Amino acid sequence: MSAKTLMRGTHVLGEAAIRSGCRAYFGYPITPQNELPEYMASSFAKMDDAVFVQAESELASINMVIGASATGARVMTSSSSPGISLKQEGISYLAAMELPAVIVNMMRGGPGLGNIAPAQGDYFQATKGGGHGDYRLIVLAPAYGQEIADMTRQAFDLADKYRTPVMILGDGMMGQMMEPVVFPDPLDVSKFPVKDWALTGAKGRPSRIIRSLWLDPPKEEELNWRLVRKYEAISQEITDQEIYLCDDAEIVVVAYGTAARIAKGAVHRVRSQGIKAGLFRPKTLWPFPGEVLASMSKNLEHIVVFEMSTGQMVEDVRLYVEGRCPVSFYGRPGGVVSTPEEIAGVLSGVGSGLIKKSA
Amino acid sequence: MSLKIIFSGFGGQGVLMMGYVLAFAGMNEDKHVTFLPSYGAEVRGGTANCTVVVSDEEIASPIASSPEFVVAMNYPSMIKYQNMVKPGGTMFLNSDLISEDPARDDINVVKAPVNTLAHEMKADRSLNMVMLGVVAVKTDMVSEDALMSAIEKVLQGKKKSLIEMNQNALKAGMKFAADNN
Repeated sequence: MSAKTLMRGTHVLGEAAIRSGCRAYFGYPITPQNELPEYMASSFAKMDDAVFVQAESELASINMVIGASATGARVMTSSSSPGISLKQEGISYLAAMELPAVIVNMMRGGPGLGNIAPAQGDYFQATKGGGHGDYRLIVLAPAYGQEIADMTRQAFDLADKYRTPVMILGDGMMGQMMEPVVFPDPLDVSKFPVKDWALTGAKGRPSRIIRSLWLDPPKEEELNWRLVRKYEAISQEITDQEIYLCDDAEIVVVAYGTAARIAKGAVHRVRSQGIKAGLFRPKTLWPFPGEVLASMSKNLEHIVVFEMSTGQMVEDVRLYVEGRCPVSFYGRPGGVVSTPEEIAGVLSGVGSGLIKKSA
Repeated sequence: MSLKIIFSGFGGQGVLMMGYVLAFAGMNEDKHVTFLPSYGAEVRGGTANCTVVVSDEEIASPIASSPEFVVAMNYPSMIKYQNMVKPGGTMFLNSDLISEDPARDDINVVKAPVNTLAHEMKADRSLNMVMLGVVAVKTDMVSEDALMSAIEKVLQGKKKSLIEMNQNALKAGMKFAADNN
């Protein structure tokens, strides 16, 4: 374990990636995540077994990720919303080729070029596809500095375990904010299990092929069903959430990432006014921890979903809650960051019945 | 205890460093801390601010709706933040650049001529640490020792004279606050 250090989220992610055995990074600059490639560049420059390339474009960088992953390396790329859109073709290829990779999206205001302020408008893109074809990404949503470090380690491990791309979904604010962090000890790259599928040179063994082109439809269908079985296993094995002050709660806010921090502040505020509020924070966005939420919802008066978007995760919440209690939505898109006071106002409104309850 | 403070001013006044040093000191006292800098398409001389939370418990929100303390290093910052200060809270003003009082009668106001104090000790650029010294005395968020060693850690690798200059500026601010109680 490292000593406790005060670091910004992007740097935490970079340090945690290196300690997780990441030895290849490819990216193209975009605010608000440039401090991450900056950290990788300066750190890798001091290492003799790591490669950093600032590519000529997002498209080039995601294809470099495919190449590095195919050779068995732990590889990462990062960007922010518009840049992640550009990477989608390659992400779909990674999923099809069953290649592990970690993709970081520090979300900013959108759609289009939007702005550089923190937002959460890429939930659909991250959890429902983004690229073409039948595939899923594991999507992890940290909310604390320490969690960024822990989830980065987890992301690399999950990617290798399931041979699938994993996305870490943060936002601009999380990238800039500093919190104390303790890092786990670095992993010894030489002791990683051998990847018996990696392209390492076929001398003395039969050649291996990694591809996403299956012209024969039954073969492509076979790949699709294989992926489905993998996604089902992932869904059963890795869902995770934070449940905060929900034991006696009548109103529960559902929020992730930075929004969940704001919501937690709001829960504190309304609790002091006597409103029994709690927080449900999905830590995995895909797979969504819906079963846990569904069983909780039976005992709730109301669920309020808060997102820094116009309402995306709320669809998953409603899907699982299935009308067991009313679900309302409150959102601030476009890079506007709510205060805990503002969300507390929403919760007090619901709590006192001032807001029309809509199912 | 959970205390929130906003540092505000214009780029170049060392506003972010004030917050960073405070957060660092808090961390070394084993408190929970968050340091949230403003960011945007920043320009030299533009507005700069950061929010620091120092707490004995886990910090829910790093954003301050109504902070206990606000430091305004220039006039626009006072105007921007005066209404946010929690009733009973304290606003710290750089009286070299702010001649008016906040339009509030339910908060404390601490005025310190930090440009002048820094200039007198031939350390113009350390006006931020002078102000942090004033804040340290009036808020009791972290100890003097923690701040002194935080300055050393934050400026690690820089010239020793620079570290000492900043530490002296902090002490000058503390002395000013103690003398003007």
